[in-house]
Amino acid sequence: MTDTTSSEPAPIEIPEGVWSQPEVDMSAIEEIASVESVRSVRAFASLTYDYTPGLATTRFLRAIKEKRLVGERCSETGKVYVPPRGVSPVSGMPTTEQVDLGLDGTVVSFCVVNLDFTGNAQEIPYVSALILVDGSDIPIYGLVREIPYNEVQPGLRLKSVWVEDSEMTTSFENIKWWAPNGEPDVPASELADYV
Amino acid sequence: MRDVAIIATAQTKHVRSATTVNEVELIQPVIQEVIERSGVARHDFDFTCSGSSDYLAGQPFSFVMTLDAVGAWPPISESHVEMDGAWALYEAWVKIQTGHADTALVYSYGKSSPGDLPRVLSRMTDPYYEAPLWPTSVDIAALQARAAIQAGVTSEQAMADIAYRSRTSAAANPFAQLTTSAQPLALMDEEYLADPLRRHDCAPVTDGGVAIVLAAGDKARSLCSRPAWIRGIDHRADGHHLNFRDLTTSPSVRIAAEKAGVANGPIEIAELHTCFTHHEPILRSALGLADDVEVNPSGGPLAANPMMAAGLIRMVEVANRIHSGDVSRGVAHATGGHALQHNLIAVLEGEG
Repeated sequence: MTDTTSSEPAPIEIPEGVWSQPEVDMSAIEEIASVESVRSVRAFASLTYDYTPGLATTRFLRAIKEKRLVGERCSETGKVYVPPRGVSPVSGMPTTEQVDLGLDGTVVSFCVVNLDFTGNAQEIPYVSALILVDGSDIPIYGLVREIPYNEVQPGLRLKSVWVEDSEMTTSFENIKWWAPNGEPDVPASELADYV
Repeated sequence: MRDVAIIATAQTKHVRSATTVNEVELIQPVIQEVIERSGVARHDFDFTCSGSSDYLAGQPFSFVMTLDAVGAWPPISESHVEMDGAWALYEAWVKIQTGHADTALVYSYGKSSPGDLPRVLSRMTDPYYEAPLWPTSVDIAALQARAAIQAGVTSEQAMADIAYRSRTSAAANPFAQLTTSAQPLALMDEEYLADPLRRHDCAPVTDGGVAIVLAAGDKARSLCSRPAWIRGIDHRADGHHLNFRDLTTSPSVRIAAEKAGVANGPIEIAELHTCFTHHEPILRSALGLADDVEVNPSGGPLAANPMMAAGLIRMVEVANRIHSGDVSRGVAHATGGHALQHNLIAVLEGEG
């Protein structure tokens, strides 16, 4: 626990209005007048967890190590979810049928990132996209590269770009990024259900 | 006040570590089972409320993922409490009282196995004076047990008797985790975990979940042959700082029991959220239970303690015995925080 009284910047000025509250009048307590207030304390805490991915996610992660993308189908709606979590969010029933998906996909939405987030190795600007993998019904998150950022648009066809076979693990990071596969764009009308 | 009843229940087989499944895979079969038992169609619930803790899961907004098991599409009226499921039931009960719902699905679950539970629970303490010292839940309970022994509320022998009785009672509970116990005298020979607590005085670390369905008035009567009516329910909190409290008594339980009307009729069974053996005499006294009232016939949390679910399971255990006709009136207790800080009391009754 560290007292950061002297090293921290002054507190943010809070504007008047609904977010502010009146300063507490402590003038009656003389002893407090000369005490420097502690603006913040930093109390370090860390907890270690052994995370359990579960049955469906385990199936997905085992497959991705073999350069396969596997979704799971809802028996009631027929929708294929990826990455699968074991339960269809629409029917509430377990997904039990594994479905091999393609390794290509389609941009359904994207954003151009111009902020250099701490710890982010990407050169800015870069493009984050929601990508509908062929054979699935819900888009996944991915990075789009090998195309100027201002040429990315919904409907753009992409291929997944993977790490070397020798580097493959049970991790989503096996896909380094997505890049144009040269196919014609998918019309926006065909993506209406996924935006 | 509207008449509201528990009309269906389901729970997991409670285990030390459900390593193969994630949380939604853990709770989905229970939710499916309770929905089927209730006779209410999945998309016909007027309200859904759940209880769980991100600190157990080790990830933010973890409850959103388990909503998959409800089938929350098209969007539903839904809420969540970062508390035991007994408080999710309370929120649903209030929702029904306001007239905004006639039926409600309530569930809660906890997977304590991924983390170090006593250390995780230390994060509930005051962030300036207590949390930096990392007092575990067992440390704090031991302080309370010591105070209770010194005040003559209980003894190490009485605590061993409670541990033995709870775990042997659990032999008849198909969902319990611990169902055997050495004789009390042998338990007394064990090493202290945190003096005066031995291992048998502590509830186990458990993964599991529970779900119930609430319904109002004639809706409940049409769906269930013998609904477990919630005749009274109230919750109260004692102070957060341990040193502000007399740990050997529970004013919050006493007041909640008065408001819930525990004394308005005979109590046949009591299911109490006793995470440690010494909680039982403190609760018995605060509830004003007669000496012949059977406590925790299910084995209680000392036999299975899924965090965030163990309180709601107390209501389920009383409700099940009312549904079956074995019992006409019982009391259920749930607790949150350290050393019985926050307590909920519900009186459940059958009709006829």
